[in-house]
Amino acid sequence: MKTQTIDYIITGRRQRKRRWFTITGTLAALAFLLMWAMLLLGNTIYPVQDVLRVLMGEQVSGASFAVGTLRLPRMLAGVLAGFAFGMAGNTFQTMLRNPLANPNVIGITSGSSAAAVFCIIVLQADNTVVSIAAMIGGLVTVLCLYFFSLSKGKSFSIGRVILVGIGIQAMLNATVSYLLLIGDEQDIPAALRWLSGSLNGIQMDEITPLLVIVLIFAPILIVLGKQLSILELGEQSATTLGVRTNQVRVALILSAVGMIALSTATTGPIAFVAFLSGPIAKRLVGAGMSNVIPSGLVGINLVLASDLIGQFAFDVRYPVGIITGIIGAPYLIYLLIRMNRKGDL
Amino acid sequence: MNSLADKKQYVSPQVPKYFTSVLVVGLVLLGISVIASLVFGSRPVSLQEFMNGLFSPEADSYGASVVEKRIPRTIFSMMCGAALGVSGSLMQAVTRNPIADPSILGVNMGAALFVVAGIAFFNISTSGQYIWFALSGALLTSILVFGVGSMGRGGATPLKLLLAGAATSAALSSLVIAIMIPRSYVMDQFRFWQVGSVGVADWGSIQTFIPFLVVGFFIAVVSASALNAMALGDELATGLGVKTSTLRLIAAIAAVLLCGATTALVGPIGFVGLLATHVIRLVLGSNLRYLIPMSALAGAVVLTISDVFGRLIGRPGELEVGVVTAFIGAPILIILAMKAKVRSL
Repeated sequence: MKTQTIDYIITGRRQRKRRWFTITGTLAALAFLLMWAMLLLGNTIYPVQDVLRVLMGEQVSGASFAVGTLRLPRMLAGVLAGFAFGMAGNTFQTMLRNPLANPNVIGITSGSSAAAVFCIIVLQADNTVVSIAAMIGGLVTVLCLYFFSLSKGKSFSIGRVILVGIGIQAMLNATVSYLLLIGDEQDIPAALRWLSGSLNGIQMDEITPLLVIVLIFAPILIVLGKQLSILELGEQSATTLGVRTNQVRVALILSAVGMIALSTATTGPIAFVAFLSGPIAKRLVGAGMSNVIPSGLVGINLVLASDLIGQFAFDVRYPVGIITGIIGAPYLIYLLIRMNRKGDL
Repeated sequence: MNSLADKKQYVSPQVPKYFTSVLVVGLVLLGISVIASLVFGSRPVSLQEFMNGLFSPEADSYGASVVEKRIPRTIFSMMCGAALGVSGSLMQAVTRNPIADPSILGVNMGAALFVVAGIAFFNISTSGQYIWFALSGALLTSILVFGVGSMGRGGATPLKLLLAGAATSAALSSLVIAIMIPRSYVMDQFRFWQVGSVGVADWGSIQTFIPFLVVGFFIAVVSASALNAMALGDELATGLGVKTSTLRLIAAIAAVLLCGATTALVGPIGFVGLLATHVIRLVLGSNLRYLIPMSALAGAVVLTISDVFGRLIGRPGELEVGVVTAFIGAPILIILAMKAKVRSL
């Protein structure tokens, strides 16, 4: 009887592990395909060996500009931002134990956005300053959320965080609208990036800070993935299981905000990627397994696929944020309906 | 006996304690804001010009005509503010929910989407046409949001409604941008409408607006006592002879009429209803027979003053009133969230 149970548990574990590797592998393969599609497709379709030669650093007439200067930064920005949004969104959702508590809904992306827009339009600042400001904006938003949600004598509730977050977001969005209005006419197309997120016209030197940040913080989130799963069980259980909840939480929040802020500073707040990736990844890998890496991969796939759709599916080129917004919002409503039915809210 | 009579008076006060003083203060503030709205702006006027503009229509000095131009704008902002205030208190009464406001529930965005679709696909351009598109958009959105928000256990809690509203707004705004991007003429027309400005007002739009305002007010005032009964709970209200579902429907239609018509003419202006209703409720209590007319007064004051502020801050141009109200109103939402008990979230 006992060995049977143990066998059962072990097989279950093994199955979940196998499923996790299969899913993660598939997602990675899919992301790889989409990355190639981003490089290959466009007004002119270059042969694979030309693209490869450009990637090796050779000069190929035509392809060097189209692939090296236009498509490669676009692809890299999509990959990095998707990965960052996916992982960071998942971190917030898991930590606050509510899929709705993601950076889009509670205003963190708006904080970064507002700071970035302010630097660009008012201060005419360069990329480094914008990145730093976006980071500070995101962190300040989190701090405000934290202090406003912890009013004295009341217990902590996610509902309050979300309400406060939406209020903060309204103010930040008003700021962005105002800044866009006082900005120059020719800034409007660029301005739309700050409203919805876009990969248009991203250059190689904008990628570097994002890459650095992702390389620093993504490993932290991956390493802390196990602790994150334990945190989801609740404060008390986590403490009992030996997780230093406060330190872990601070580390998680800092890394997640850092990634979100820099992605937002580079691509604008690509709607719903941070929100969708976590739940989708969880669906795919099933409960009980860490879905930090899978949600990052789902994020990449979402951003790249939406950008390809936006570029080629219609006569007009839509920025990626519009496509993710149109895909994401019905899912959000579906999720709300399901949570309401179950009484989770 | 004597003490019983005292108590009776204490238990059912016919007139709220501070009603007279609030009314007087409100009217004084309204007077001040009207004068401020006529005097201040990107071009200041002298007392002489002001008097000329008001009382001698033939006067042709530049300052006098500036004042004349500001008259419809002032009247219009008062009317819109009153409409938004009443709409806010109706929505809060119908949903029995302290955070209901047209902007928070996504109703404004629904109106916006229909107006944009109208501009893009049906070539509408007059305010009379805007109104009908905006009204149907507002109506459909409010049905959708309320439907999603009231599913499941506990009916429409503030958090559920808020999230349903936020999700719907996000989806609709993606659609709005998707319609606009390929059509730059729509974008140009829409960009200024979207921020919310009463600067477009002329006598024509006032005339268009009046019927909606009158009908909405009438319904609101007539249904106030029944709504009071409904605040006690549906069963009790039914016991008192109120047909709750009919009442809900009628009051909701009035609320949508008021905010939809406002949105159609001036663009989505947020938080006025929330702000006006809560300030009045704080001093007068929640008797809707007083709350509704006083919210109208408060809404008019708030919107007119916000418009003046917008003109002063934004000199030499002007800061759209929607941005100002978001800045004043969003903190109210945050404070409400901080004060609310966790259970009622």
